[in-house]
Amino acid sequence: MMIFDHYRSLFISGFGYTIAASLIALVASLVLGTFFALLQLSKKRAWAALGNAYVQFFRNVPLLIITLFFYLAVAKVIKMTGFVAGTVALSLYTSAFIAESVRAGILAIDKGQMEGALANGLSYGQAMSRIVLPQAFKVAIPSLGNQFINLVKNSSILAFVGGLDLMYQGNLVAASSFDTFTSYIIVGLFYLLLTLPLSYGMQYLEERLQESR
Amino acid sequence: MSMIEFKDVEKYYGDFHALKDINLKIDAGETVVLIGPSGSGKSTLIRTVNGLEEIQEGQLLVDGFDLHDPKTDMNKIRKNVGMVFQHFNLYNNKTVLENIMLAPRLVLKRDEEENKKLAMALLERVGLADKANNMPSALSGGQKQRVAIARSLAMKPKCLLFDEPTSALDPEMIGDVLKVMREIAEDSDMTMLVVTHEMGFAKAVADRVIFMADGQILEDSSTEQFFKEPSNDRAKKFLSQVANH
Repeated sequence: MMIFDHYRSLFISGFGYTIAASLIALVASLVLGTFFALLQLSKKRAWAALGNAYVQFFRNVPLLIITLFFYLAVAKVIKMTGFVAGTVALSLYTSAFIAESVRAGILAIDKGQMEGALANGLSYGQAMSRIVLPQAFKVAIPSLGNQFINLVKNSSILAFVGGLDLMYQGNLVAASSFDTFTSYIIVGLFYLLLTLPLSYGMQYLEERLQESR
Repeated sequence: MSMIEFKDVEKYYGDFHALKDINLKIDAGETVVLIGPSGSGKSTLIRTVNGLEEIQEGQLLVDGFDLHDPKTDMNKIRKNVGMVFQHFNLYNNKTVLENIMLAPRLVLKRDEEENKKLAMALLERVGLADKANNMPSALSGGQKQRVAIARSLAMKPKCLLFDEPTSALDPEMIGDVLKVMREIAEDSDMTMLVVTHEMGFAKAVADRVIFMADGQILEDSSTEQFFKEPSNDRAKKFLSQVANH
């Protein structure tokens, strides 16, 4: 624990960056993922193909490669820090998985819900946003929960591009204190501090939805 | 004036020829019942009227709009053409009252207070005012269907389509739903197109009966004529089979 006391500000600062990257990526990947799920389900073949290509691409390329691409290649054109490059990569990578969860959720909703809404006079967009998506997200909660937990853990990718996150600081502490074991234990505990409540929260939500069914 | 007009309409599902050379005119205010064996294309036909199914050939005019024209705004038609489904299709994430109020609010921009008053009046009319704040999952099939009818009526449509509205109901629930439908047919000048197996309802309410089989219209007669002496042999056979049980 002496290590923690000594390097407290580094750990706390890294923790802050990890939370920030996770929150930004969570919102961004949810929005992007929903968008690409809808694109995949479009009746227009070209749109559906585009949505599918996006999902397949980002789902099947290692997160590290995407991150390095933004940090080394894209950053040459558009200036960005490691934190930004890592968060963007994390958002895109996660959005592909979220798109799959949301798509499965939408497909699990009875077609009659959409037809009823359309026949009632609602536009496709209104029917989707008011009727189908709220029900689809409910169905997708367990799988979205998994994605969010993965997202928090995957945010450690920022360490590779100087993203100032928990993992990055952990590496620094390990290198300067020579106590790698304790350093990474502390880092791991900080990650648990984020993922465990998230995990239990999702479990709670899931149980409540079971009851309301 | 005709509300619905099919001119040489053809509909395919891939290789399957679902609607064959449909020619049909339904005047505003008419109540028309569509009957026939299952798989005859009745549901497909009624679903083309509000564009839930596309037609491949011919012309389909609904309320003056050409549905086969890609430029036609389907939402404009659906505003005036309500539909009641076999499986109700109530919004599972909304209360009964919200089910009825949603479309008038979003589509017609009806004033919120007026919207609620009308929705409650409609619930009263179908005998379910006490269920206003329930979720659809708490209702029986017959209650769901009556809410679905109220939801359609809230849009004040010119035309109502019923796609086997009682086929998924327990026998003791059917009467209440048919009673509501009958009142609509008798009290309003709405055009009604009803796919059903309820011959009693057809006899009592319909102006005309259309018999379909294998994607074709085989008979289009006045109700009286149809039940007395259908001219088509398959219609005759169908009628005797339905009457015998």
